[in-house]
Amino acid sequence: MRSDLEAIKTIDVRRHYKMGTNVISAVDGVSLTIRDGEFAALLGTSGSGKSTLMNLIAGLDRPSSGSILVHGRDLAQMTSEELAKYRRHTVGMVFQSFNLVPTMNLAENVELPMRFAEVDRAERNDRVQDALKRVRLSARLTHRPSELSGGEQQRAALARALVNRPKLLLADEPTGNLDSKTGEEIMNLIQELNSTLGTTVVMVTHERALAERYATRMIFLGDGKVLDAGEQLTTATVNIAGGVQ
Amino acid sequence: MKAYDLVELAGRNLREAVLRNSLTTIGIAVGVASLVAMLSLGVGLQQVFGKRLGRSGLFDTVIVASKQDFRTEDDRRNRPNMQSGEIKSLDDTARQTFEKISGVAEVYPEIRLTAELRFAVDGKAERPHFAAITALPTSANNSEAFEDLQGKFFSGPKAEEAIVLGEFARELLEMPEDTRQSDKQKLSNEDANRLIGKELTLRYAERATNNESAIAPSDSNKAKAADEAGANFDFSVVRREKKLKIVGVVNTEPYGGMRSVSRGRVFIPTGLAESMNFMQPSDLRTLMRASKGKTYMTLIVRANKPTQIPVIQETIKKMGFSTYSMQDASKTLRYVFIFLDMFLAIFGSLALAVASLGIMNTLVMAILERRREIGIMKALGASDIDVKKLFFVEAGAMGVLGGVLGTSLGWTIGRVINFGTNIWLQRQDIPTENFWYVPWWLVVGAMVFSVFVSLGSGLYPASRAAKLDPVQALRHD
Ligand SMILES: Nc1ncnc2c1ncn2[C@@H]1O[C@H](COP(=O)(O)OP(=O)(O)OP(=O)(O)O)[C@@H](O)[C@H]1O
Ligand SMILES: [Mg+2]
Repeated sequence: MRSDLEAIKTIDVRRHYKMGTNVISAVDGVSLTIRDGEFAALLGTSGSGKSTLMNLIAGLDRPSSGSILVHGRDLAQMTSEELAKYRRHTVGMVFQSFNLVPTMNLAENVELPMRFAEVDRAERNDRVQDALKRVRLSARLTHRPSELSGGEQQRAALARALVNRPKLLLADEPTGNLDSKTGEEIMNLIQELNSTLGTTVVMVTHERALAERYATRMIFLGDGKVLDAGEQLTTATVNIAGGVQ
Repeated sequence: MKAYDLVELAGRNLREAVLRNSLTTIGIAVGVASLVAMLSLGVGLQQVFGKRLGRSGLFDTVIVASKQDFRTEDDRRNRPNMQSGEIKSLDDTARQTFEKISGVAEVYPEIRLTAELRFAVDGKAERPHFAAITALPTSANNSEAFEDLQGKFFSGPKAEEAIVLGEFARELLEMPEDTRQSDKQKLSNEDANRLIGKELTLRYAERATNNESAIAPSDSNKAKAADEAGANFDFSVVRREKKLKIVGVVNTEPYGGMRSVSRGRVFIPTGLAESMNFMQPSDLRTLMRASKGKTYMTLIVRANKPTQIPVIQETIKKMGFSTYSMQDASKTLRYVFIFLDMFLAIFGSLALAVASLGIMNTLVMAILERRREIGIMKALGASDIDVKKLFFVEAGAMGVLGGVLGTSLGWTIGRVINFGTNIWLQRQDIPTENFWYVPWWLVVGAMVFSVFVSLGSGLYPASRAAKLDPVQALRHD
C-alpha cells in the first residue's frame, strides 16, 4: 500500500533542551521523508532521540528549529489549538506503557478520543465496538485496564489510537513491555492496520529483528541525527556510514 | 469538547477519585464553615452588644439644649456682643428639623416635673405623695429597664396611664420604710396587682396661655394652638388634676436624658405629657426673654444606630445648639462600635484567605496526582482549553458541594459555640444570649463565595493543568 505521496517530511528538525549552561540536542538536524502508507521503524540506541522525534511528529512537542510537514502542513507553525486538532484527527498514538486511563473501562477508554473529536454520540458506540473487534477485545468492553494482561492492554490502546481513523499511527516501543509472543501479536495487528487501512506507521523499537520482520523501512538514529534513512537516503545522511550496533 | 462530554467526564472524574475529591470538598467546606461560623458569631456579637448598649438608651441619644441654657449671668456680662438673635431657640421648628436628619429615629422633649400624686391603697382614704415624674416615649418600651416590667407598657403615646418605680410602688402600698430601698428586688406579683389597674391622681401646674382674658382657657389644645402661632406669649399657671391608670411597675429607672437630681419615680407617656402643658422652668425663661412661642428646655434625639450618633450630633451642633451624648464622655465607647464593625471584616477576610488557600492547595495537589491522565488526554487530542474547562467544572462542582456542606457545618459550629457559651453564662448567672446568628445574606453569601472562590482558586490549577507538557507528563516512570 505504498504511494509516492509524502505523509511526513521533516526538514532539518532540531530539538534542544537547555540544562543550565549546556544544551542537549535530543534531535539534531533530522531531515526525513516518510511516504503515505509506509511502515517505518525508528531504531537507535537509548538516548538517540527516537522518542523526542516521535513526539515532535505527534504534535505533542515543538521543534526548536526546522519544519515538520504532515500532508503538507507545517506543525511548527500551528497554534496549540491547531496542534490539538491535528492530534485528534490525524494521529493515533501507542506507548510502551499503554497509557490507558485506569479509572475507565475499555469502552470508555476507547470512547475518550471521540469526546475530544466531538464525534456524534449516536455513532460512538458502533465505532467503539468496531475498534475493539479489530483488536479482538469485544468480550472485554466493561473491563478495566487493571483486569487485563499487558498484551490485552496494548491491544486496547491500539483500538483507542484507531478509533478516530487517523492517517498516522505513531507507536513508541509498543512491544517494549511485552514478551516476544505477545509482542508479535501486537506487531501483526499493526501490520494488518497498515495493510488493510493504509495507515502510515512510524514505530520506535529497540528490537532490530522485529523491525526487519514487519517494517517496510528502517531508519537509524544516533545522537539525534539520522545515521541511515533506510532505502530512501536523504541528502543530509548520504555521507554518513550506516553502521549501527 | 461538547458540554455534555465535559460534564460527564468531570462527573466521572469526581466519582472515580471519591476519597481525593471528598477530601478536597471537605477542605472547601471547612474554609466556608470557618467563614460562616466566624461571621455568624461576629454578627451575633455585634447584635447582642449593639442591642444591649442600644437598649440601655445611653449610646443612641443626643441631648440637645438651646445654647443659652448654659450661659451664666457672668457669660452674659463678659460677652455682651453675643446677641440673643444668634441664639437659636429650641422650638417646634428646630424639633422638626432634627426629625429630618438622616438616621434620626425620633425627637422628643425631656419633660420632668415634681408633682403631688394621690393614691388610695386598698380602698382606704386617698393619701398624697410627692414624686418626680418623667415622660417616656413609646420607644422606651424596648429599653433594658423594661425587660422586667411587671404589668404592661403604655397602650399609646397619649394614654392616660402611668408606670411607677418599684421603690415608689412600695411607698404607695405603704410598706415599711426600710424595705423600700431594696429596689433591686422585684415587687411580688401580689403587691404589683394591688397597684396595677388602680387610679393615681396627678395634681400639677398647667401653663395656660392667656388669650386677652386673664383667666386661662380650660382647653389646653386651644392654648397650644395659640401658643404655636406665637400670637401670645403671656400665660398664667392653673392648677389641674389628671387621673392616671397604673399599668406597670418597673424596677430600674430607664435612661432618658441627663440625670436630674431627683430620680423619676413615676413615668407617663411623652405624648400625654406634652398635651398636658406642664409648667416648665423654660417657660419662665421664655417669659423673661420675650421670645416667640413655646420653647423646649431640652430635646432628646434618638438615632437608629449608635454609630450614627457622631454625625447627627455634629449636624445639630452646626445648627447652633448645644449637644451632649454619652459618646462624648468616652471616645473609647465609639471605638467599641467601630471595632464591632471591624470585627466582621477582619475575621471574615481571615476565614476567606484560609478557605481560598485550602481550595487552591487541594486542587493543585489533585493536578500533580493527575499529571499522567492529563498527558494522556492531550495525546488523544484534548486541547488546552478542554483540559482547562474540565478542571474548572470539577472545581465548580466541588465548590457548590463544599459551599452547601460548609454553610451547614458553620451553622452547626456556631450553634455549638453558642450553646457552650450559654452554659457558661448560665453558670455565671448572666442571662443567656444568642451570640450566634446566621442571617439569610450570610447563607447566600457563603454559597456564592464558595463557588466563586472554588472557581477562582480552580483558575490557577486549571491553567496549570492546561499548560502541562504532555511529553513530560507521559515520560514513563
Ligand atoms: N525534557 C528533557 N530535558 C532534558 N533532556 C532531555 C529531555 N527529554 C529528553 N532529553 C534527552 O534527549 C535525549 C533523547 O531522549 P529520547 O527520550 O528521545 O531518547 P530515546 O531514543 O527515546 O531513548 P530510549 O530508547 O531510552 O527511549 C536523551 O539524552 C535525553 O536525556
Ligand atoms: Mg524513548
